[in-house]
Amino acid sequence: MFESEFMRLAFAVGAVIGVLAPAVGFFLVQRRLSLIGDGIGHVAFAGVALGILLDVSPILTALVAAVAGGVAIEWLRSRRLAAGDQALALVFYTGIAAGVVLVSLAGSLDVNLFQYLFGSILTVTRQDVVVVALLGLAGLLCIAVLYRAFSAVVIDEEGARVSGVPVGFLNVVLAVLAALTVALSLQIVGVLLIAALMVLPVTAATRIGWSLASTMLLSIGLGLGSVFLGLTISYYADLPPGGTIVLVAAGGVAVAAVGGALQSSTR
Amino acid sequence: MQVAPAVELESVSFAYGGGETVLREVDLRIGTGEFVALAGPNGGGKTTLLRLVLGLERPAAGAVRLYGEPAERFSARDTLGYLPQRASLALDAPVTVREIVAAGTLPARGVFGPLRRADRARVDEAIALVGLAERTDDQLRLLSGGQQQRAMIAKALAGRPRLLALDEPTTGVDAESQEALGELLARLHDDLGVTILYVSHEFGAVEHHVERLVLVRGAIVFDGPPSELPGLWHDPSHVHV
Repeated sequence: MFESEFMRLAFAVGAVIGVLAPAVGFFLVQRRLSLIGDGIGHVAFAGVALGILLDVSPILTALVAAVAGGVAIEWLRSRRLAAGDQALALVFYTGIAAGVVLVSLAGSLDVNLFQYLFGSILTVTRQDVVVVALLGLAGLLCIAVLYRAFSAVVIDEEGARVSGVPVGFLNVVLAVLAALTVALSLQIVGVLLIAALMVLPVTAATRIGWSLASTMLLSIGLGLGSVFLGLTISYYADLPPGGTIVLVAAGGVAVAAVGGALQSSTR
Repeated sequence: MQVAPAVELESVSFAYGGGETVLREVDLRIGTGEFVALAGPNGGGKTTLLRLVLGLERPAAGAVRLYGEPAERFSARDTLGYLPQRASLALDAPVTVREIVAAGTLPARGVFGPLRRADRARVDEAIALVGLAERTDDQLRLLSGGQQQRAMIAKALAGRPRLLALDEPTTGVDAESQEALGELLARLHDDLGVTILYVSHEFGAVEHHVERLVLVRGAIVFDGPPSELPGLWHDPSHVHV
């Protein structure tokens, strides 16, 4: 498998995403914002379409659109201009509608679009690996530095706000990290499935973790495992990588649910 | 020099989103080091009053001050400890008592500040103060309702607050644990000199410990020592303006 250059590159990008997506998703899930990745993914689709229309890197335009979408959702939510799910729906549908219109204008409503919707490892270049590694490491460093602050907001947002923790700032940083994760995952998992990689490993880890820190580390381990196993299966079985990775992660949730139930029954 | 009271409300009125007035012309002064229960029926405005004090809501009219500063712009927020109602603390993730209490040191450290040895010592000290030393590494969800509230009080204490505000801390807590909670708060008040605002529709747990009882029903209908409370009002559901 690793004699193929595209698989080596796919594993390199997958390693970064496998760690970053659940690390960011961990805080989103605990704050009951699991679907925010989906909303940002749909805005990223509009970014991809804009890139195709303007003939610039779709990844770059997706990153800009995703950040704008993530900040917009957080802004609408925090100002109480719309309830959390309504803010998400507004950005979600506007994103997908803008994407369809822009792609149609570019005359690209064809099979090439599928690589961004569902991921395609064949499209990963060496340059992509460098960009994903640098931005991914920056995202992980940010999470490492702000882990305790994000945790404090997860544990008690209102208490943190009263005690002067800059909750608004932290929420915006988290939205930007979610946007970064979506944009970096475009090629491997695709915009329609990336949210699953942010949520499913965390869902599984929550059932077997014994503390916040252990749940976070288990989420990352399960995310990484899902990406590596999914890519391997997709290579040998000639299946789409995004879908395979997400199905592996979903299998992880089922196994963890059984494990968690057994753990509880023996307690 | 005259010391500013911990909490001061002057002719405060409030309504949510331009709706019905929840509080009308409220005047209240709470001195530093007082232990005060804010009681009253559900919907009477006591939680709103607490949120105004903490700067989480802005009054439609009047002024709210914390230690002499406007509450919403209070500069020493890391000296405020707050326990929201338990419903807002529903966490899916397994989280240990130590992790909860460590979160309480964040305001003093700042978001980029690491958890130093002194902070860890404060965490252990706060956990011991509330009597949970044996349960430090246990998950919060495995603790009883009363123990969970103790863990949250330890979180607030880890920030070494001057003012501790608790909103309905006895909800879902059995009678024995409610008594224990009242005794714990009295001890914290006596030993640490913390100003305590205790908001609850049932004040039996702290009736023997608080210096003042303030009954709120759209306005303040009683303010004095619990011993002077008219018999009719001992059951807060019977509060009438």
